[in-house]
Amino acid sequence: MNATVAEQKRAKTGSERYRAGVLKYAQMGYWQPDYVPAATDVLALFRITPQEGVEPEEAAAAVAGESSTATWTVVWTDRLTACERYRAKAYRVDPVPGSPGQYFAYIAYDLDLFEPGSIANLTASIIGNVFGFKPLKALRLEDMRFPSAYVKTFSGPPTGIVVERERLDKFGRPLLGATIKPKLGLSGRNYGRVVYEALKGGLDFTKDDENINSQPFMHWRDRFLFCMEAVNRAQAASGEVKGHYLNVTAGTLEDMYERAEFARDLGSVIVMIDLVIGYTAIQSMSRWARRNDMILHLHRAGHGTYTRQKSHGVSFRVISKWMRLAGVDHIHAGTVVGKLEGDPNSVQGFYNVLREPHNPVDLQRGLFFEQDWAGLHGVLPVASGGIHAGQMHQLLHYLGEDTILQFGGGTIGHPMGIAAGATANRVALEAMVLARNEGRDIWNEGPQILAAAARECTPLRAALDVWGEVTFNYASTDTPDFVPTPQVA
Amino acid sequence: MRITQGTFSFLPELTDAQIRKQLEYSLANGWAVSIEYTDDPHPRNTYWEMFGMPMFDIRDAAGIMGEIASCRKIFPRHYIKVNAFDATRGRESLRLSFLVNRPPQEPGFALVREEGPGRAVRYTTRAYACERPEGERY
Repeated sequence: MNATVAEQKRAKTGSERYRAGVLKYAQMGYWQPDYVPAATDVLALFRITPQEGVEPEEAAAAVAGESSTATWTVVWTDRLTACERYRAKAYRVDPVPGSPGQYFAYIAYDLDLFEPGSIANLTASIIGNVFGFKPLKALRLEDMRFPSAYVKTFSGPPTGIVVERERLDKFGRPLLGATIKPKLGLSGRNYGRVVYEALKGGLDFTKDDENINSQPFMHWRDRFLFCMEAVNRAQAASGEVKGHYLNVTAGTLEDMYERAEFARDLGSVIVMIDLVIGYTAIQSMSRWARRNDMILHLHRAGHGTYTRQKSHGVSFRVISKWMRLAGVDHIHAGTVVGKLEGDPNSVQGFYNVLREPHNPVDLQRGLFFEQDWAGLHGVLPVASGGIHAGQMHQLLHYLGEDTILQFGGGTIGHPMGIAAGATANRVALEAMVLARNEGRDIWNEGPQILAAAARECTPLRAALDVWGEVTFNYASTDTPDFVPTPQVA
Repeated sequence: MRITQGTFSFLPELTDAQIRKQLEYSLANGWAVSIEYTDDPHPRNTYWEMFGMPMFDIRDAAGIMGEIASCRKIFPRHYIKVNAFDATRGRESLRLSFLVNRPPQEPGFALVREEGPGRAVRYTTRAYACERPEGERY
């Protein structure tokens, strides 16, 4: 490193720092390699791809600056503030393994930079301006660490995994659901038929899709009334608590409240919202759900636009953390084996973030920071999209017990009908949980366990005959950067 | 009809050997097993009668199988379930709950509809068996 480069990375001090003009961000104090993050700091890890000729430390400092106090030039008014405290500090830059030109930048933010209990405020800083910044070719927010002092300013999931199970009286197995298909075009009366058949056949939940709101073919009130008739009929037919996620997403928050209140008055146990309603609307609906004893389901509509590509955007593990703070009870988080993007390690990382009371650093699953959830409830991850009964052993192996497995096509497309499709999934699931608890190796013996269960259950036999061989083996784009290394004894 | 509450109700009735394996799994996880029975199978009947206390200190599946056998002997026509309770921080709830006995005939539930304004309906689920007093239902 020549003298000039070294000089450009060193923070200037005193009057030299505040002389009018333009300084490098590192010179302004946003690169502090000696900084030791405080226990109360909010930490962020960005993947940065600097433009040619931009030093990674300067790029990291620019990200720290633009996501906290900086602007493009020196301003003397900094000196009216405790600016050294409010400046975010880039304190570490590492090359990304196997990706030349990309770096991991660690940045620490003082807790006072953020309004308590507001995801909108947090994200306005962390992803507000900085993603369009010219000195970077690309930027991705990979992970965040929230101190307990900040976590405690959020109420978190209104119901949580444990209380949801207690309300539904369902323990010891993943829950089962299905999204009603076709997702657009059914009348309320026909839509409710699909709900009834699927719930009666053995599912715990059915679900509106993300774009079912109030359209000419089915207005929302009609949908809610027919669906609740179906839910109650299925409840009486099975002796189990059942539910249908009534999507209350609408053009205004006032409309959403009106729809949610109607769902509540009809006796629904759950309502649903889409991620595209925005962080503040999500937090408002979370408050409403908490006041009204409702489970709140979140469909992650739109996330693929910014979570999927590794070089630019926001990782879904960060979205998972934000949504646990914002307070939803369910969130779609990948299937590993289905039709949608999902590397096994990355998906397990999302699941751990959503469910566990505490996350240790786990680079193999993309978790860069230790995170204590400070007693915040867990979010139930939902696996949905191109999964079927023949994958039951893989789903249980990868995703564990606290999850909702949603078989849409895998229920409604069953050759013997919707109820038979639901029964096939439920029998496959219970048989696999029973076998796992008995100590059997479900990963290897899964197909035999399913075949044995199918001897007692014709619908499962038919499901395995139609879909048993269907797989979606494509390379994932969003994979962790660290592979396990052999342990030294 | 067949009431499908519990973790394994879509499978053929579990044999004693299968029940025992689930108990061994629960004990290996450090969970406390309890037995409950009822003749009111409403889906929101949370508080079934406890057949003794949760067996926090029994670490042997054979002992629990003995308790299940006595419960079945006294209440042969009731619903009986086995619960496994996990006292870990943040869970403090059931981890497994499955039926080990059910009445020979299950008449099921009537769905009572009370029509209200705006096509809204208030629903009540009523077990046919519960039209008779407790203890005389199945």
